[in-house]
Amino acid sequence: MWDFLWQPAGFDIGETGLLTHDASQPLWWALTVGLANTLRVALPGLVLCTVLALGVALLRRHGPGAWGAMATGYIEVIRNVPLLLQLLIWYFLIIEVLPDSTEAVLLVPGVWLSKGGLAIPWPELAAAGGLHWSMPEQGPFNVSGGAALSPEYLALLAALSVYTSAFLAEVIRSGLDAVSPSLLEAADTLGATRWQQITQVLLPQAWRSVVPGATNQYLNLIKNSSLAVAIGYPDLVSVGNTTINQTGQVLACVGIMMATYLSLSLMAAALMNWFNQRHALKGSAQ
Amino acid sequence: MTSPTVTARLGSLIRLLIGRLASALGWLLLAWLAWQLWRWGVQHAVWLPDADACRAAAHQAGARGACWGVVTEKALPMLLGHYPAEAWWRPVAMLTGSSVMLAVWATAAPRHRLMLWGVAGLVWLPASVALLHGGPLSLPVVPSDDWGGLPLTLLLFLSSWWLSVPIGVGLALARRQAGAMGWLATVVIEAIRGVPLVTLLFAAVFVLPLVLPQDATPPVLARAGVALVLFASAYLAEIVRGGLQTIPTEQHEAGEVLGLSHWGIQRRIVLPQAIRVALPALTGHAIGLLKDTSLVVVVGLHELTGGLSLALSGDPLWRPFYFEAYLFVGLIYALMCLALSMGGRRLERRWLTG
Repeated sequence: MWDFLWQPAGFDIGETGLLTHDASQPLWWALTVGLANTLRVALPGLVLCTVLALGVALLRRHGPGAWGAMATGYIEVIRNVPLLLQLLIWYFLIIEVLPDSTEAVLLVPGVWLSKGGLAIPWPELAAAGGLHWSMPEQGPFNVSGGAALSPEYLALLAALSVYTSAFLAEVIRSGLDAVSPSLLEAADTLGATRWQQITQVLLPQAWRSVVPGATNQYLNLIKNSSLAVAIGYPDLVSVGNTTINQTGQVLACVGIMMATYLSLSLMAAALMNWFNQRHALKGSAQ
Repeated sequence: MTSPTVTARLGSLIRLLIGRLASALGWLLLAWLAWQLWRWGVQHAVWLPDADACRAAAHQAGARGACWGVVTEKALPMLLGHYPAEAWWRPVAMLTGSSVMLAVWATAAPRHRLMLWGVAGLVWLPASVALLHGGPLSLPVVPSDDWGGLPLTLLLFLSSWWLSVPIGVGLALARRQAGAMGWLATVVIEAIRGVPLVTLLFAAVFVLPLVLPQDATPPVLARAGVALVLFASAYLAEIVRGGLQTIPTEQHEAGEVLGLSHWGIQRRIVLPQAIRVALPALTGHAIGLLKDTSLVVVVGLHELTGGLSLALSGDPLWRPFYFEAYLFVGLIYALMCLALSMGGRRLERRWLTG
């Protein structure tokens, strides 16, 4: 049943990140590159969505006037539109509205944005030994040099981070709300500074109730990265889908996909249990 | 002696000033955003289905306008997918029937709601399927592969939600049992929750035909429906289990003293309270399920999101105006989600007071 994994793939993968792949390499390697692509979009997505969610949650809780309203609007709009639709919107905006790659926009020195994607500086091994930074340059036809992030990658990253951040912001906010204000007042009475109140009273307690909800959202982000198949970003599910079409090995391919995500989920669950045990209230039952 | 108080006062004054400034900036930004949206979406927008006017409006420097003409032009294929145009009244009748059913259900007295819920599913689901298919009503047959748009979204959402309630509650109760049954329920729930819906859809659509005999294979729609029901049930089971955990065991014992059977206790004492506790989470679950029905696109069904691509792809004339069409479809989803969350909150209020 698993022999087919050692056949040559017979298809190329559009982008392979740090790995390389061509049609003559075996299918198991193609699927591995797919998994690497999943992680390549999911891991930065986790960081990005956390930063966004922290900002939105703080704005919603403490933002004066219009800022709070804008944060609420952001959360409500993002949470009530399907992720797939948001992904298609991001993708459309990138490939249709951005300038052509012949006239890319220079965001900051060395970073170019265009329909062709985002070009960033990237370290390269020089011929004479040692590392040097390869800087992207605007050429007559496109931006060359450095590393390129494809439009599909950017759309998926943006959609996943923004969508998850709206849910995560609510998790963080309710965690902060769950800490009784009288505790902060008590700390104030004891002479704690504002900074000490936040870092030693508020965050340690909010943390405990935020972590389970946040883990769920992080897992959702990883699982939702499978929507890549809708815009043709070659993640695990896309590559698996191509493999099904090429070899007809439905059972094995679907099994591989499910087992991979399931093990990612179980690892995250184990990590969370470990965290919960470490940080459970001392002296409380269990 | 006075200098610390002076610095403290100065500090609080500066903080106050910064706060005021931030607040004012926020309102300015909001006003500017609203103004830009008004200019783009209303003032300079093109409402007629005129692609040339749309192109002109999109490139008007300093006065870009939205092209709502794409919605006027493509509304029918966007909302109905590639359902045969001459039979358009059938999906429309199905949509109307669904709205009436939902309205009756939302306004019904709480004690009738459970019964109505059963009746609605038993009557509405077969009636909608018969109407869209046509066969049982001796209308021209439209195979389920051709159903699409908003009716398909509603059909998928309502039927999978309806079926997921009994299955999910059953799974939740089973998971609390000791022994093999509890263990089996745990494995089923965690396995489904641990994988993306897309892979479940693949499994249902590609693997089921291998398992079932050739002539007994249900259409793609039914297979995708199976995946959605499983997915929804597993998540619903965890929500109900969370609710069940809040019910103290003394209530179970009290029920035993009254001479109720195990299932009588679950049905009359434990479940009603557990579901009441879980109601906000159940509303969120329903909203999530409604949004997740859009994923059936990956197995080739054209519900609301897929219907849009179907209506616009292959028509280069309207290609630049996908964005406006996406916004229109997004608005429909947002309105449906809003209705669900309002309904859920209303249910919570009525249930708490009633």
